[in-house]
Amino acid sequence: MKPLQVAAIAFLLLLTGMCFCAASVLPGGYERQFRDLPDAPPSHTHPLGTDDLGRDRLARLLYGTCVSLLLAPAAALLSSVLATCIGGLAGFVGGWVERSIMACTDLFLSLPWLFLVITVRAMLPLNVSPLASAAITFALLGTLGWAASARVVCAHARSLRRADFVLLARASGSTGLRLLRRHLLPNLRPIFFAQFLISIPAFILTEANLGMLGLGVAEPMPSWGGLLRELEGFALFSPQPAQFVPLILLVIVVVCFHLALPKQEIPT
Amino acid sequence: MKRLLSCLSLLIAIAASSFAVAQTGGELRFCLRSDPKTFNPILVEDDASETIRYLTGGVLMHLNRSTQQLEPELATSWKVSEDGKTIRFKIRDNMSFSDGTPFTAEDVVYTIQRLMDPAVHSPTGDAFRSAPGKVTALSVGKDQVAVTFPAPVVGLDKLFDQVAIMSAHSPQKEMAVLGPYRVAEDKAGSYLLLKRNPYYWKRDAAGRQLPYIDSIRLDIQQNRDMEMLRLVRGEIDFINTLDADSYDKLKAKAPGMVQDAGTSLDAEQLWFNQVASSPLPAYKKAWFTSTHFRRAVSSSIDRADLARVVFRSHAQPAVSWISPANKYWFNARLQPHPFDPKAALQLLSQDGFHLKNGTLYDRDGHPVEFSVVTNAGNKAREQMATMIQQDLAGIGIHLNIVTLDFASLIERITRTFNYEACLLGLTNDDLDPNAQMNVWLSSSENHQWNPSQKTPATPWEAQIDSLMRQQASTLDLKKRKQAIDKVQEIVWQQEPFIYLVNKDAMSAISPSVHNAHAVVLRPQVYWNIDRLTLGKEVASRQ
Repeated sequence: MKPLQVAAIAFLLLLTGMCFCAASVLPGGYERQFRDLPDAPPSHTHPLGTDDLGRDRLARLLYGTCVSLLLAPAAALLSSVLATCIGGLAGFVGGWVERSIMACTDLFLSLPWLFLVITVRAMLPLNVSPLASAAITFALLGTLGWAASARVVCAHARSLRRADFVLLARASGSTGLRLLRRHLLPNLRPIFFAQFLISIPAFILTEANLGMLGLGVAEPMPSWGGLLRELEGFALFSPQPAQFVPLILLVIVVVCFHLALPKQEIPT
Repeated sequence: MKRLLSCLSLLIAIAASSFAVAQTGGELRFCLRSDPKTFNPILVEDDASETIRYLTGGVLMHLNRSTQQLEPELATSWKVSEDGKTIRFKIRDNMSFSDGTPFTAEDVVYTIQRLMDPAVHSPTGDAFRSAPGKVTALSVGKDQVAVTFPAPVVGLDKLFDQVAIMSAHSPQKEMAVLGPYRVAEDKAGSYLLLKRNPYYWKRDAAGRQLPYIDSIRLDIQQNRDMEMLRLVRGEIDFINTLDADSYDKLKAKAPGMVQDAGTSLDAEQLWFNQVASSPLPAYKKAWFTSTHFRRAVSSSIDRADLARVVFRSHAQPAVSWISPANKYWFNARLQPHPFDPKAALQLLSQDGFHLKNGTLYDRDGHPVEFSVVTNAGNKAREQMATMIQQDLAGIGIHLNIVTLDFASLIERITRTFNYEACLLGLTNDDLDPNAQMNVWLSSSENHQWNPSQKTPATPWEAQIDSLMRQQASTLDLKKRKQAIDKVQEIVWQQEPFIYLVNKDAMSAISPSVHNAHAVVLRPQVYWNIDRLTLGKEVASRQ
């Protein structure tokens, strides 16, 4: 492991730990409205100041980070599993099955993503808790975000199907599940992990985009997208420096995820 | 002698400075959110088309947005008959449309006929349709027109403020106008250019032809941040409506640019779904149709905090469906519902609700939890919902906030009725409460909490129906006022709509625009467009 990779992983672990400790460090919580202190500058009691409704910005940042750092990997796991199953099946079987699955995948990729998420979200039940709403948002992202990864997995599975060691295994009498379990899946593992790690920052950014449109995680649960809405129109006015902290943290976390990727396992 | 010279120089200086201030000519610039859908004044539905109609259309009489009084325009005088069915106008003479076609009584007759033609489907004409039957418009002599309706029309004269007269004979059809400006150029999706109408009839006290400004450039700009940026850069001259957040930010940067005209006619409101056929569980329908429940929710909302925190004190707690800005029709005896969680709990206990471990339960043991839908992207509404969520938690009610794209929201509140509560705003342009008949009649599709009822679901809705019909059938202003006051009292008691705040009407105007005084009624900034002038620096900008 390279030092930069170690530093990135250490930072992500440290940040996750800090976010989990937030509840004990900041007893005010992320939802309490100090209505006499809206838009307060940083102070002893509110180190990053307060937002428009007087809620502690630091508490909201830590909880929001916690939400993204927990749920984005979960969504990435879901989409990577779907991509591996669908792409792996297509690549392994080949022929008309591969062509049909890949045609469906192309169709899925051509759909306008954001509108699809907004439409599906509008059909969900209304009475769900904010935490459940956050989980649903990321689950939606995971369910709808498998297609690009499936193409990569399919290409890799196809090359594996034609590999010498697979031909040898077939010649030795291995077929069906045994071939899949003993030869194909272990060799797909690196590509699975690579797709998983690539997907995490993508889902973080997608949730941030949805949040900016007001369609992300429901209030009062904070998320990075929701926190970034404070910067609307910043080109015109001078926001408090503390309002940039979520943006800076988002950039650092996304960069850290990319640095943490095992480079030799990225398919080229 | 020295004193005389100094007086003379002072007079010259004053004259020079006043010349610089009352600069004529130049180009006024501001933004539209979208392209106008039509230039035909009787087909106007959208805001952009309404702007064009206001700037180009000549009307028989004009509602002065500042004094809220009618003033003569193309008609020098008018009279409504005692039965309220006929209105007679005396038309101004020696006038022409923007292409030089003479203006006659025949044009007024033509416009009314087009307006009331059922085949045209004019949204403006709908306001005149008090009963089925034919509307007749006749020219009486050279300069008089009589219009007769099949039934009395409430507030008849004020409705003509919206009717721009069209030419019966001009080859340019609806592009020939009688207002201060005419459309000179239309680049779809980019900009519109209006130029001074050379035949505009109005003159100022000094005999100079109005308007003072030569042209108006209307840039199509959807993004509000870009609009603000352009105002600060001096690329546009005003923004008609500002939200509280933008107002405060702009005030910090340029205090002289912003104007708060005071409480507007618009209200923000919350309502519960009371539709009997909605897919909600029966126990929730029972909550929402209970007056005690609605009043308890209302009493547990701190409206003063909403106005102070969300709208930065540029709003005031709402009382009624008529804003206090509507001075004549507002029922001044009514006060905002006070923030009183204890009283709310007492009301709820009358319906069998009880608090247990900080959660409110109904008499059957269901925890009180419901969702409120609002449109995504409206920051103020999302913030109000979040504050209401905390307020309701104080009486043990769990509120879930759901933000939906506008199309999905409308689908839920008008078709599927699959929602529990809704938070939206009411935009109101008309001072006369008769314009809201379509909201208050229980049979109406726009009776949001329970639309299209065959018979009124509750006695108080039947009473509202009766009072609204009563005020629509009389021309006696006092009787109408009494009926509307009573409707306001019923709504205050029953709270089918929980009125939250009345926002202020806020605008931003560049210091280079002179004679601009923002008012509460639309169009807030350019209501006196023909009297606006530009400073020297802007007048020379091309």
